[in-house]
Amino acid sequence: MTPLTRRHDFVLVFEVTNGNPNGDPDAGNLPRLDPETNHGLVSDVSLKRKLRNYVDLAREGVEGHHIYVQEGSILNEKHRQAYVALRGDDAKAKKDAKLNPKDDTEAKALRDWMCRNFFDVRTFGAVMSTGINCGQVKGPVQVTFARSVEPILPVEVSITRMAATNEAEKKKREEGDDGDSRTDNRTMGRKHIVPYGLYVAHGFISAKFAERTGFTESDLDLLFEAMTNMFEHDRSAARGEMATRKLIVFSHDNPLGNAPAHALFDRVRIGRAVDGEFRALDDRGLGNLAPARKFADYIVSIDRQDLPQGIEIRELV
Amino acid sequence: MSYGIRLHVWGRNALFTRPELKVERVTYDVITPSAARGILEAIHWKPAIRWVIDRIHVLEPIRHQQIRRNEVGHKAPAGTIKSAMKRGDLGGVQLLVDEDRQQRASTVLVNPAYVIEAHFDLTAQAGGDDNEGKHLDIFNRRAARGQCFHQPCLGTREFAAHFALLPEGNPLPPRNPAAESSDLGFGTPRDLGLMLWDIDHSRKDRPSMFFRARLVEGVMEIPAPGSDGVLQ
Repeated sequence: MTPLTRRHDFVLVFEVTNGNPNGDPDAGNLPRLDPETNHGLVSDVSLKRKLRNYVDLAREGVEGHHIYVQEGSILNEKHRQAYVALRGDDAKAKKDAKLNPKDDTEAKALRDWMCRNFFDVRTFGAVMSTGINCGQVKGPVQVTFARSVEPILPVEVSITRMAATNEAEKKKREEGDDGDSRTDNRTMGRKHIVPYGLYVAHGFISAKFAERTGFTESDLDLLFEAMTNMFEHDRSAARGEMATRKLIVFSHDNPLGNAPAHALFDRVRIGRAVDGEFRALDDRGLGNLAPARKFADYIVSIDRQDLPQGIEIRELV
Repeated sequence: MSYGIRLHVWGRNALFTRPELKVERVTYDVITPSAARGILEAIHWKPAIRWVIDRIHVLEPIRHQQIRRNEVGHKAPAGTIKSAMKRGDLGGVQLLVDEDRQQRASTVLVNPAYVIEAHFDLTAQAGGDDNEGKHLDIFNRRAARGQCFHQPCLGTREFAAHFALLPEGNPLPPRNPAAESSDLGFGTPRDLGLMLWDIDHSRKDRPSMFFRARLVEGVMEIPAPGSDGVLQ
C-alpha cells in the first residue's frame, strides 16, 4: 500500500431537485441559508456523514475499512478494541474504565491501530480522548462548507396525513369537524424543499498528513468513488433528488503542492447557459432569466490555459 | 531576531473560539496570535524554529453569522460498559450517534481577511545547519507558490484559509473602505478585551496565556513572548 506522494485539491459540484440537502436545526429544519446572500449551504459534517455511510455500505466488513463514527456504535468500545489488540490478555485493558497510554510509544501504537482499521479515522481524523484515551488524529482530507452558486428559494410544502398520532389529536380534529368522513383523523405536516440548487464544495488532501495516517492511493480512489456515488445511497423523503454532477481534481506533482488552492479553484467557473452560451452569474443581463431548474441551465467551464507547472486536472465526473 | 514575513490570508468564514464560550462556540472578533501561528506552521515549520506573530492587519469589517450543527454528544457511559464487560458480551451495548446528538451553535466571522506580520526565532533544537536565511527562504518559496504542509484554516478545519505571500516592499492589499470604522479602531482605539495569546505547551497543565487586544486603525499589535503584555 503506497501512501500519497502528491497533494490534491478538489471541487465537488452537486445538485438537489425538490429536496432539502441539509436542514438547519436553528430554523425548524429549513434548508441552510447564508442569511446575507440567500445562498444555500451544506455543512462539512453533512457531506462527511454521507462519505462515511457510502464507505460503510460499499466496504462493509472489509478489513481496514471499518467506520469509527458510525450510526449505532460506541466510540469507547472501539478504543478498547485497540487496547485489547495491543496488550493482548492483559486483564486491565479489558476492565479499566479509564485508560491512558503508558508512554509515547504506546500512544503512537494505539493511533496507528485506529488508523489502520478505520477508514474515516485515517481520512478525516478523530478525537479519541474520551475516557479511554487514544489521542488525536488529524486526517489528510479537509472538506469545507458547500455553497449554492446562486441564491436559493426554499419552498414550504404543506402535506396531510390520513391518520392521527393519538386520541388527543383525533379529538382536536373532531372539534369543528364538518362531518366529512374522509377528513377523519387527518393531520397536517410540513416539508421544506429547494426546487433546484447547484452546490459547490471545496476540499483539500494533504500528502504529508496522509503519510502520517497511512491514507493510501487506493483510499483516495475509494474517497473519490464515494463522492461520485454518495447521493445514490442517501435517498430519503426529505432529500428529493440529489446527484454529484462534477468532481474536478487538481493533482500537484509535489507533495507540498505546485500552486495556491484558491488560484486553482478560480479556474472552475460556473455560469448560466443562455442559448447554449456561457454567461457569468453576476451578469446584470440575467435579470429577466427564469430561475434555474435543471443542471442544463448551468455551464461548468474549466480554464486549462497556462496551467502552473506540475498541475494535472482530472474530471472524474 | 530574523527578518519578518507578511502573509495575506482570507476565507469565507472563520471561527476563533473564545475559551470561555466553547460549548456553543463564539468567535473572537479578530484572528488570535495562536491561530495565526497555526496558519504559518501549516506552510512551514520545523522544531528548530518558533513563529512569533508581531502584528495583525484587519482588512474587512467584522461581521458575524450563526451556524447550528448536529454534533456528537457524549462518550459512552462507563456503567453500561462495565455491566457489559461483566457479562462478557458486547451485544446490546449501543449508542446511536443519531440519539446522542448535541445541537451546537457556532457564531462565526464572515469574509475575514488579514495580513499577518511575523518572524521566527531559532529554538534550542536548532542544529548546525539551521540558519535563519534557510528557513526564511523555504517559507517564502512555499508561500509564494501556494505550497503547504496541509491547507491552513481559519480557526477550525471546515473554514479553509487561502493565502498569498506579500513580498517585501509590496504595499498591503487594499482595506475594504467599509472597514474603516470605529469597529476596527479608526478614530479612537478599540479595546477587544482579553484575548488568547497562545497556549504554553512547555508547562505541564498547558495553561492559556492572554493579552489585552486593541485595534488601532485596523491593526492589532501582539506583545512579544515573555514581555509584560503577555498575561500568564
